[in-house]
Amino acid sequence: MDNSLTPLVLKRLLVPTLLHLGFRKTLTMADEVVLLDFWPSPFGMRVRIALAEKGIKYEYKEEDLRNKSPLLLKMNPVHKQIPVLIHNGKPVNESLIAVQYIDEVWKDKSPILPSDPYQRALARFWADYIDKKIYVSGKKVWQTKGEEQEEAKKEFIGHLKMLEGELGDKAFFGGECFGFVDVALVPFYSWFYAYETCGSFSIEAECPKLMAWVKRCMQRDSVAKSLPDQHKVYDFVLQLKKKFGIE
Amino acid sequence: MAELKILGVWPSPFVYRVIWALKHKGVNYEYIEEEDLFNNKSELLLQSNPVKKKVPVLIHGSKPIAESAVILEYIEETWLQNPLLPQDPYERAMARFWIKFGEDKAVTFFAISRAVGEDLEKTTKECKELLQILEKHGLGKEKFFGGEEIGMADLALGSIACWLEIFEEVVGVKLIEPASFPRLHQWIQNFKKDPLIKDNFPNRQKLISFFKHRREAIVAAAKAL
Repeated sequence: MDNSLTPLVLKRLLVPTLLHLGFRKTLTMADEVVLLDFWPSPFGMRVRIALAEKGIKYEYKEEDLRNKSPLLLKMNPVHKQIPVLIHNGKPVNESLIAVQYIDEVWKDKSPILPSDPYQRALARFWADYIDKKIYVSGKKVWQTKGEEQEEAKKEFIGHLKMLEGELGDKAFFGGECFGFVDVALVPFYSWFYAYETCGSFSIEAECPKLMAWVKRCMQRDSVAKSLPDQHKVYDFVLQLKKKFGIE
Repeated sequence: MAELKILGVWPSPFVYRVIWALKHKGVNYEYIEEEDLFNNKSELLLQSNPVKKKVPVLIHGSKPIAESAVILEYIEETWLQNPLLPQDPYERAMARFWIKFGEDKAVTFFAISRAVGEDLEKTTKECKELLQILEKHGLGKEKFFGGEEIGMADLALGSIACWLEIFEEVVGVKLIEPASFPRLHQWIQNFKKDPLIKDNFPNRQKLISFFKHRREAIVAAAKAL
């Protein structure tokens, strides 16, 4: 190459090319996080809270569950359900698994699970209890009426009282710090007004300590910004009741 | 070293998962049989699992841990040798996904042992659909869910699969047909052959007999209605 051309080649070709490649490398190194979700889903809210706790930027994609997107069907072929966390193109399904994943990948900030194995076991036990009991029993409250509903209310309140007992006098389920069990449970608060109105009862009256815990959680930005308005959820439940012919 | 106990009942696949995990890690424990789980729960059980009152319970020193999937994670995090989960967070999430799949669907699989007539036909169909999911999406090209070696997902799903084979014999249905589920079938054979599982399994005849008796009682009760 002619010496006099070298500086020009460097300036016009090599440097921009190298810069471009370096920039592209930086772009592909950055995390791409997408959340497939449905706004009233307590399970989706768990993942939103975890992402917010860690300060992770992500793209929220609202799914129409009556018309599931090809992306959802591709990313969760087994259950075809939300939430789906997609990290750099790879899907993580099941809300509590996604929360644990987020905790493990972004481990240098705001831990969600405690570090001690026994405390982790307790956290997992209670999150599993919430998973198995709260959604199903809550659903029965708004889906039924008469005697069936009275039974459902008893069961639902029973589970909340169990959790209230476990909370005790602690600030959060894990102790001083907001953590895994709080993330698992607090989304259901957005459904409390719906449960209470459909079932004619007051969760505050039944479980005052639990409601105090809810207020503490709602002081956190990550929670307040991840939960929809309770009245909006109630309107949604009314629509569902109409759709399923439950008056 | 703190004392380690397992509270269990011998015909339970959930109890065996815990036994396999501890054996895999080479950890010693004392096994305590819950003599009359359904009619007369022991003080120890009621104290150590007051919420669910179920087995298995792992008691490590004074610390009780309940729910087999939770116990497996506790064992993994407490005894770091011979890991049962991969290091990579994504691979761990995949393992947990299949463990949860097994947990959620276990009810359907175990319903086979109690189902008769129309119910049996329906449950058989449901089981085959679940097996199809495992066949298509679960097992990749590797020998086990854990890769070349047994991992936590294998222990969790393997316990269900081994008991399903027992139910096939008890009920007289074939679920895991090698032609329909070649990968699943091969995986179960590899799983059962592994010394960890082979050397730590309840007496097969005793197990078949136990579930046969239970089924007969349920069938008789159904007929009496």
